[in-house]
Amino acid sequence: MYGNGYVDPENKITNSITANEDPIKLAEFESRIAAGDKIEPMDWMPAEYKKQLVRMIEQHAHSEIIGALPEGTWITRAPGFRRKLALMAKVQDEVGHGQLLYSAAETLGKSREAMTNDLITGKSKYSNVFNYPAKTWADSAVIAWLIDAGAIVNQLANSKGSYGPYCRALDRICAEESFHLKYGHDNVVFLATGTPVQRAMVQDALNRWWEPIMHFFGPPDKESIHSETLMRWKVKMGSNDDMRNMFLDMYVPKIWDLGLTLPDPNLHKNEETGRWEYTEPNWEVFKQVINGNGPCNKERLAVRRKAEENGRWVRKALAKPTEKYVTPLS
Amino acid sequence: MNIISLDPRVTRSHIDENTQEGIANPLEHFQTYEVFEQKKRGTHHIHVGSVHAPSAEMAVIFAKEQYSRRGQCVNLWVVKTADVFATEYEDSDIFDTISDKTYREPEAYKVIDRIQAFKERQKAN
Repeated sequence: MYGNGYVDPENKITNSITANEDPIKLAEFESRIAAGDKIEPMDWMPAEYKKQLVRMIEQHAHSEIIGALPEGTWITRAPGFRRKLALMAKVQDEVGHGQLLYSAAETLGKSREAMTNDLITGKSKYSNVFNYPAKTWADSAVIAWLIDAGAIVNQLANSKGSYGPYCRALDRICAEESFHLKYGHDNVVFLATGTPVQRAMVQDALNRWWEPIMHFFGPPDKESIHSETLMRWKVKMGSNDDMRNMFLDMYVPKIWDLGLTLPDPNLHKNEETGRWEYTEPNWEVFKQVINGNGPCNKERLAVRRKAEENGRWVRKALAKPTEKYVTPLS
Repeated sequence: MNIISLDPRVTRSHIDENTQEGIANPLEHFQTYEVFEQKKRGTHHIHVGSVHAPSAEMAVIFAKEQYSRRGQCVNLWVVKTADVFATEYEDSDIFDTISDKTYREPEAYKVIDRIQAFKERQKAN
């Protein structure tokens, strides 16, 4: 699960990112991408391409791992055995996605341990949406349906990108996400077509999650760090506003269809432009949460640190002194 | 201060919110193995990705969880990444087929025309 709602304030994309590159190699590289070919780990690539990809794939991986925490909260209390099994399977998928993505990032030369350390020391970011608590079972349903839906919009676009290992990981991930989406939809529909108490519960969850969901796709295009070069290199595959619009187009009608409401009186589709219009979510809140002041930032990182620490004795028992590290191939 | 969470398991673990634990040492997550999956008897094993593991046996266990959770799989191979010897993309011209390599292809052999011509010559005689 991943969106563009991570934004790293440290990440400055300079205007002259190709200034120091060999022009012949750069031209070959760009024509390969323009022709729809994939770039593989052993290929020549501009330093900035590598840097941006590591950053992006790594943050995507962290999002999968941290995203498992708010959902994992509900495994022990999921109503009924079947839902428990399904939620466990979903959480296992998310952690598996994290592993696939870490491997893809490693092909670019950053080690697994370095990425883990950057996560738990707060140096690397992850999707902002996971810094919010899943207060009720209905929250877990809304996350599984709508956050995963948002992630699919993003991941499908990114799977058409230029870096081979990332695309291959995303193809696998998207296939699994379709189960998450159906499972989440099933849970929301069950509550929305249930008793008045169940309906109120899912409406309450939607009201609380709407702002984080709108944040999920990242700041509006006019405010976000935008780079023609990253688009041309097929690192960034669509603008934040386009992704958000695609999501609204697919899911708002489905939400309204259940007789549920969304907490934005201005939300409507402009039939002339085909675009959705809405009240901008509070981007100041978004910045605050990204900078560590969200309701769950501290808990998420502390839990991750503890898990790393608690697993150490097992890894130590299995470690062999003769091991040496080699970058994964593909 | 210990974390009080919505998740009772987190609260029960008494985690200090400012804990500094957990920093991983180099290679603590082991080396990697490349994973090859056979979906059906009679088909090739196909490379599906890699896993970090301390041994081949553990790599198979992780690979089963990671790559064969759903769908069909009848067999898995794991190979230490360090043991794979690969060609360089820069050298991919070694695979280029030169134009007169058609003698390797079945389409290059057209006997029907020759047989027809032969039969017509026979008839004419």
